[in-house]
Amino acid sequence: MDMRVKQKRQKLVLVGNGMAGVRTLEELIGIDPSLYDITVFGAEPHPNYNRIMLSPVLAGEQTLDEIVLNPWSWYAANGITVHPGRKVVAIDRVKRIVRADDGTEAEYDRLLLCTGSHPFMLPVPGKDLAGVIAYRDIADTQAMIDTAKTHTHAVVIGGGLLGLEAANGLMLRGMRVTVVHVHGWLMDRQLDEAAAGLLRRSLEARGLNFRLNAHTQELVGDADGRVTAVRFKDGTEAPADLVVMAVGIRPNVQLAESARLHCERGIVVTDTLQTVTDARIYAVGECAAHRGVAYGLVAPLFEQARVAANHLARMGYGRYLGSLVSTKLKVTGIELFSAGDFMGGEGTEAIVLSDPLGGVYKKLVIKDDRLVGACLYGDTADGGWYLRLLREASDVQGIRDRLMFGEVHG
Amino acid sequence: MAETRSTCPYCGVGCGVVIESEGAQITGVRGDPDHPANFGRLCTKGATLHLTATAEVTMQTRLLHPMRRAGRGATPAKITWHDALTQAVDTFAQVIRDHGPDAVGFYLSGQLLTEDYYVFNKLAKGLIGTNNIDTNSRLCMSSAVAGYKKTLGADAPPACYEDFDAAQCLFIVGSNTAWAHPIAFRRIEDAKRANPALKIVVVDPRRTDTCEIADLHLAIRPGTDVMLFHGLLHLMLREGWTQPGYIAAHTSGFEALAQTVRDCTPERVAQTCGIDPSDLLETARLFATSAATLSLYCQGLNQSSAGTAKNAALINLHLATAQIGRPGAGPFSLTGQPNAMGGREVGGMANLLGAHRDLANPAHRAEVAALWGVPDIPSVPGKTAVEMFQAAADGEIRALWIACTNPAQSMPDQATVRRALERCEFVIVQETFATTATCAFADLLLPATTWGEKLGTVTNSERRISRVRPAVSAPGATRHDWSAAADFAQRLEARLPVRGRRTLFPYALDSATGAEAIWNEHRESTRGRDLDITGLSWAMLDANGPQQWPLPQGRSTGRARLYEDGVFATPDGRARFFDAAYRPVAEAPDAAFPFSLNTGRLRDQWHGMSRTGTLGRLYGHAPEPAVQMHPQDMARRHIGDGELVRVASRRGAIVLPAQASTDIGPGQSFIAMHWGEEALSGHDDQGRRLAGVNALSNPAFCPDSKQPELKHAAVRIDRAELPWSLLAMAWLPNDTALSTRRALMPLMAKFGFASCVPFGAGTARSGLLFRAAAAHAPDDALLDRIETLMGLQDPRTLRYLDRQRGQRRAARLVLRADGTAGLEAFLLGGDTRAGAWLGTLLREELAAQHYGRALLSPGATPPTALASRGKPVCNCLDVSDLAIRAELSRCEGHADARLAHLQATLKCGTQCGSCVPELRRMVRLHLPTAAPAEAAQ
Repeated sequence: MDMRVKQKRQKLVLVGNGMAGVRTLEELIGIDPSLYDITVFGAEPHPNYNRIMLSPVLAGEQTLDEIVLNPWSWYAANGITVHPGRKVVAIDRVKRIVRADDGTEAEYDRLLLCTGSHPFMLPVPGKDLAGVIAYRDIADTQAMIDTAKTHTHAVVIGGGLLGLEAANGLMLRGMRVTVVHVHGWLMDRQLDEAAAGLLRRSLEARGLNFRLNAHTQELVGDADGRVTAVRFKDGTEAPADLVVMAVGIRPNVQLAESARLHCERGIVVTDTLQTVTDARIYAVGECAAHRGVAYGLVAPLFEQARVAANHLARMGYGRYLGSLVSTKLKVTGIELFSAGDFMGGEGTEAIVLSDPLGGVYKKLVIKDDRLVGACLYGDTADGGWYLRLLREASDVQGIRDRLMFGEVHG
Repeated sequence: MAETRSTCPYCGVGCGVVIESEGAQITGVRGDPDHPANFGRLCTKGATLHLTATAEVTMQTRLLHPMRRAGRGATPAKITWHDALTQAVDTFAQVIRDHGPDAVGFYLSGQLLTEDYYVFNKLAKGLIGTNNIDTNSRLCMSSAVAGYKKTLGADAPPACYEDFDAAQCLFIVGSNTAWAHPIAFRRIEDAKRANPALKIVVVDPRRTDTCEIADLHLAIRPGTDVMLFHGLLHLMLREGWTQPGYIAAHTSGFEALAQTVRDCTPERVAQTCGIDPSDLLETARLFATSAATLSLYCQGLNQSSAGTAKNAALINLHLATAQIGRPGAGPFSLTGQPNAMGGREVGGMANLLGAHRDLANPAHRAEVAALWGVPDIPSVPGKTAVEMFQAAADGEIRALWIACTNPAQSMPDQATVRRALERCEFVIVQETFATTATCAFADLLLPATTWGEKLGTVTNSERRISRVRPAVSAPGATRHDWSAAADFAQRLEARLPVRGRRTLFPYALDSATGAEAIWNEHRESTRGRDLDITGLSWAMLDANGPQQWPLPQGRSTGRARLYEDGVFATPDGRARFFDAAYRPVAEAPDAAFPFSLNTGRLRDQWHGMSRTGTLGRLYGHAPEPAVQMHPQDMARRHIGDGELVRVASRRGAIVLPAQASTDIGPGQSFIAMHWGEEALSGHDDQGRRLAGVNALSNPAFCPDSKQPELKHAAVRIDRAELPWSLLAMAWLPNDTALSTRRALMPLMAKFGFASCVPFGAGTARSGLLFRAAAAHAPDDALLDRIETLMGLQDPRTLRYLDRQRGQRRAARLVLRADGTAGLEAFLLGGDTRAGAWLGTLLREELAAQHYGRALLSPGATPPTALASRGKPVCNCLDVSDLAIRAELSRCEGHADARLAHLQATLKCGTQCGSCVPELRRMVRLHLPTAAPAEAAQ
């Protein structure tokens, strides 16, 4: 006689129908589909789509359908209950229930918070005018596509990754775009000045305009409350029928805070992605703060997802120790790569190669015979190799002189 | 286009040239078909003379205006001739008044014309009253002079070029004729071709290209020539090969000599000289028993602390065997410089007076005083070259006038020479080129005319006087040397106590008549002397071409050959045997300085390279400075080919790359005499600038001729520990390349080692190569400066920088008309191994667009294989060693046939012929692939 007790399936609730959360579910189902009854709440009305492919959509290189990662059929096939367009507003950690804005409730044994982040809007006069948007989701993207059909002048505030992709997309859709950046050079979080210079020149060659070291004073609007221009601290103005704010993101922690989960930059989690406050509750993705870092790039989220799923599957082992992020700009024809401590500094040594004719610039930063940073422009073929050397922190003394010339030579 | 007949300004063969010019510009040069020295031929150097007279070269390298330095080390400022000569006269007058006439000195050159010499000599000995006037002939021919005078009685080479054809045996000693006197060697090749029975023996410590034509090569130990000659005489006596009849009738002093050579047994000689006794015997037989034996010799005998003994001991052999005074027989000294002979004729040396008179001889002094109309000629012997600079270093000589020579490059023991030039209160440098090392020490720089501009006469090795004629007018404010000297003299006369006539210098300063008047005055001084030319005139030279002396009044042609009657230029008419014991080199190698350092010429360069060095194409054959060592010595000292070594003598040290060569024996080393600080420098531990090859050489001189032993010094050779290296090469615009080189020169002293030379074989473009090494990577500013000069500070330059590793690389590609990209310039700092293939890529102007960033990759192996054209062997027609080897690999037959085949197919060696000896060697070494070995024998 079978003495084994058939264990009752536990309930897993995912808050946030985005890339981090759904990737966690995929990993989990991959390990053992029979462990949980899964329920998903998503604020957006769409199935999980590839947010980072919004830029190609904006640029007209892909359609919205093409960037959907998990069609509704996927949820059905895996017996997942989905509540699209339902924003979870409360967590009762005693009863272990989450409640959505429309009153929908769901019980949980394990709760996975993947609330992601929201764009930061500069607190300047006029930020609420019509035609002032962020660049975060499909709605924003659609708004830009529509505006491009009817208006001419666009200003993108923020010369970072997202801002440049937005600017490039708007330009390709026929708008005259000015990128406003507060720092002395573009993508200052990913590039050094030399690489940024090359990037700027090639974007300028494509028709983008730039205002660096520019501090936005206010957004000027017309009678019917639509933005018409951006005014700077130095008094000058740039015409703008559309203003896109891309000055950074902030993790969404209101829900977690309301549930009295400990938050700093994001929801503080352990190496197993469990919140430090409540071990039943996990946080993965842009909303999570692991060892003080809230990541805004896709690669770390996937690494987190793997660990979280592994833990949810009660495998026990598997630790997330943080990610070494690398950047690529999704602007067709522009190759750049950046990883680690690419700026260098105390105790570091730099190796630099530049090929002005070929539009190539490479900088490798070395510390104690280890590669600690890389910044490549124009030729990123070896980016993967450098990232591997960074991750593995392998001693490069022996191959230092050939390092710059790529793996094939090394 | 105008054509002007003149002569070549290089070696003492004295070839005639036809200068082609358009207006003020020299446009071409070719050998003068009617000149009896060369009959239309020219060597690589002579054939490129017009390229050293282009507007670009003139503008960038010539001294075109008088210049004055406010203080030592200051940049000279342009002044007028009047101000320059006024200052010169004031200073000289002052020094003479305060310290006497012997406190001034004149150091001249074997490249001056006879007229220039004459005026300077009269200025010093006649007007100022000092015999402190010497020339660089002291470094060149004075041992030959002394040798002739001690034996034959007069400084007169008895033979002539036609004797090459009449000789049955050629005895070439201490002369790399193939490189140093190429056209003479062409004539020797002709003679051998016309008379296959002609035997040629070459005596030289090195296996030079001259040996390629030799039947026998005696590689004697450096400095053992006298022992060799005595050994030969010993054998001649033993075998009964001497001519007692001739000895008895025409000579004196044989017995003493016979005593001396008695114990110079073949065994002892073979042992001392390091040769095979049987070769010694064969040589003695050939020399003594051939129908006519002609000796050809040069610096190997002259530049020695036993130079006079070497010359005289060789002449002894000619006298003992009566190999003299007949067609094809005689001791024929090859002159190093174009007019050393002329200088000797006018007595432009510290121990000579005009027309082969001797200063030591009171009668001679009186004759000259009478000719010049001065009360007397001072009897105090003048200071010879080495003594003169020593005296200046000691503060004895306070004002120095240097004309047409570069002692800061060519004098031995540069440390002393530089101390002299620095201590001397007033230094005048009268020069053509502003680029010589000596110019840096001048208080006053006087611009002189040069080849193609000068007028006057020169005398070549075979006593033949040729007219030098101007093809173009003097550029800028340059003046003829004699004219500047006479102008100075006329001004000085007014300041000194009157000596005889109103003026000793009644010459029209700025016309040809002035020069002719000077020459006529000299001619009169030769009346009744061995070199009597009273029968000669400029009109005769113009009408009948070059003439040999003597040519006394009443004769219409000179004498081709001297002493045919057995009557010599001695009081009793008898030649004197010179009885000298063998003395080894002044500085024998020892434990501390174990190597013998020999110096000599390169094929395509001349002297300090102030002229030949302006042409990149003349560096094709020997691109960079190097010290040759025997591979065994290098292996023992763990020195790799091309690695930097420090060569040190008791007097100084230099750093340069080592080059393996089996042309020299173990224990020997060789550095070309051309590499002065202009091309090869660096700094020592104290930060003092290194002075080039003559920082090492030995000032010890021959007691009779006072000629220093430039051909031998004991040196130590160790690896130079300068781990950080630099190599930069660039093509530069023709009108800036040479001034860029000048700008780079001062930077050379900032490295432990540095060399800077042009390149550009087989092209009209100008390239510059800068190589350096240091203990540590230098600061960026210095490298930035070099990059700027080499055209690399350009926004398009590819760069690689790893400062911590001292690795810095830059390369500039330039798009060419045909759409390909060429490597225009590169700099490698730290790891310079890539220079091997980058250099080929650049120098041979290969397509480089595919390389891209790979141009910056390290290591000796190119990213993709590239085919080099090879090293040029034939400069005239730019044929490379690779092409020649390829041709030889599929060409069988007899050596001469294969050489002919090469000349027929590749045309190499068919123009100037300077590379023929090298071709012969290649024929010998490179047998046809899969062909029987005897094919090439």
